[in-house]
Amino acid sequence: MSISVTNLSKDYGLQKAVNGISFEAAAGKVLGFLGPNGAGKSTTMKILTCFIPQTSGTVKVCGFDVNDNPMEVKQNIGYLPEHNPLYLEMYVKEALGFICDIHHIADKQNRINEVIEMTGLTGEQFKKIGALSKGYRQRVGLAQAILPDPQVLILDEPTSGLDPNQVVGIRSLIKQLGKTKTVILSTHIMQEVEAVCDQVIIINKGQIVADDELGILRKKYQGKSLEDIFIELTNVN
Amino acid sequence: MLAILYKEISGFFSSLVAYITIAAFLVVTGLFLWVFPESSILDYGYAGLDSFFNISPYIFMFLIPAITMRSLAEERKDGTFELLVTRPVTDWDILLGKFFASLVIVILTLLPTLVYYVTVYQLGVVKGNVDTGAVIGSYIGLILLGSAFVSIGLFASSLGKNQIIAFTIAVFLCFIWFSGFDSFSQVLSLRRLDSFLVVIGINQHYQSISRGVLDTRDLIYFLSLDAIFLLFTKTVLGARKW
Repeated sequence: MSISVTNLSKDYGLQKAVNGISFEAAAGKVLGFLGPNGAGKSTTMKILTCFIPQTSGTVKVCGFDVNDNPMEVKQNIGYLPEHNPLYLEMYVKEALGFICDIHHIADKQNRINEVIEMTGLTGEQFKKIGALSKGYRQRVGLAQAILPDPQVLILDEPTSGLDPNQVVGIRSLIKQLGKTKTVILSTHIMQEVEAVCDQVIIINKGQIVADDELGILRKKYQGKSLEDIFIELTNVN
Repeated sequence: MLAILYKEISGFFSSLVAYITIAAFLVVTGLFLWVFPESSILDYGYAGLDSFFNISPYIFMFLIPAITMRSLAEERKDGTFELLVTRPVTDWDILLGKFFASLVIVILTLLPTLVYYVTVYQLGVVKGNVDTGAVIGSYIGLILLGSAFVSIGLFASSLGKNQIIAFTIAVFLCFIWFSGFDSFSQVLSLRRLDSFLVVIGINQHYQSISRGVLDTRDLIYFLSLDAIFLLFTKTVLGARKW
């Protein structure tokens, strides 16, 4: 298993953001991480990427523990944070070059060109990131995440704020990447889950309320739409 | 660390920070050294760079916090800090990369002032009648003082997301460390501590190096001051994990 999370909890003061969740994710699958706002999706992702530590529980990425071997974990993860922070004053190629330098990628130019083509940035590659529209910035963020060719991709709301054409483009890219890698993506959009995800985890108030393959989940709820399932599972107070 | 050092330096040059810093420093020191009658070499009559080395720490006190104020505060505000620390780099890589990048800008600021030395060298009544040893010592002193201000500035920048606050705190701390401790030692009720207070301050060590005598004690003082503030900064950055 490339990601295994056991009994993961995270407290912010008295508030429990994540409360004892366990799940696993394997390569070759796209895992959809669903939940209402404040359910603990982003917190879980931040723990997986070694940005913040957990309160209790263990998290392993590609066999490495996030607390004991953070460097190895970070080497194997490509992360697109929520709100997609970028160095706006840098040029697209400059920013990608910087990521290459950090990861000591040998064949820098070729890899950059390859990723630029994959993410459809060819027309914008000589521009400043600050001059790009939101959709293209999102692609730059994605390009930065996949640049070192990581085993695991963690994408926090990768398609938020994109127009329908761009959404389709990014989704097919994610689906293609998911064939060989482990992809975890969080989203609020149910169609997105149906379009790209193989496995679905629904999380509510820090706890997992559903963890199944998409087809099995549908069967369990007698063919209800994912949206109805989501509302049924997360609207219980 | 080198990737971050390179990124920071190219950031300084693409955002005008470097050019404006260098230009401002040269204009101000040039005015003090050649134009303003009170400190001008031409009016003073001695072929020496004393007034340059006396005024520079005070200019650095404002310029260096201006260079360092954005380095960590902006990363935190824009969220790019998250981008950086989730890459395979340690906090020390980030910190030292930024420290040395700012120090490089400080050294680049000082480089053109070598022209002043050449000028004064030519102006001496017997050509070359300059205390070269003291000048070399003073330059080393200025670089060391710059490194101390850079690490203070980085610490201030790590404290929050607001650059103005980072700048103000850095100027305040630089001032206290440079001349505040000296002045405290003059306070009557602190008289018994005066030699101790003077030794904590930067000024005495800077003056001592400026005489052209590179004492290991002064060198160690500056290096430990750098280390202490870098350590503070590292602690602040690590606080996200508490």
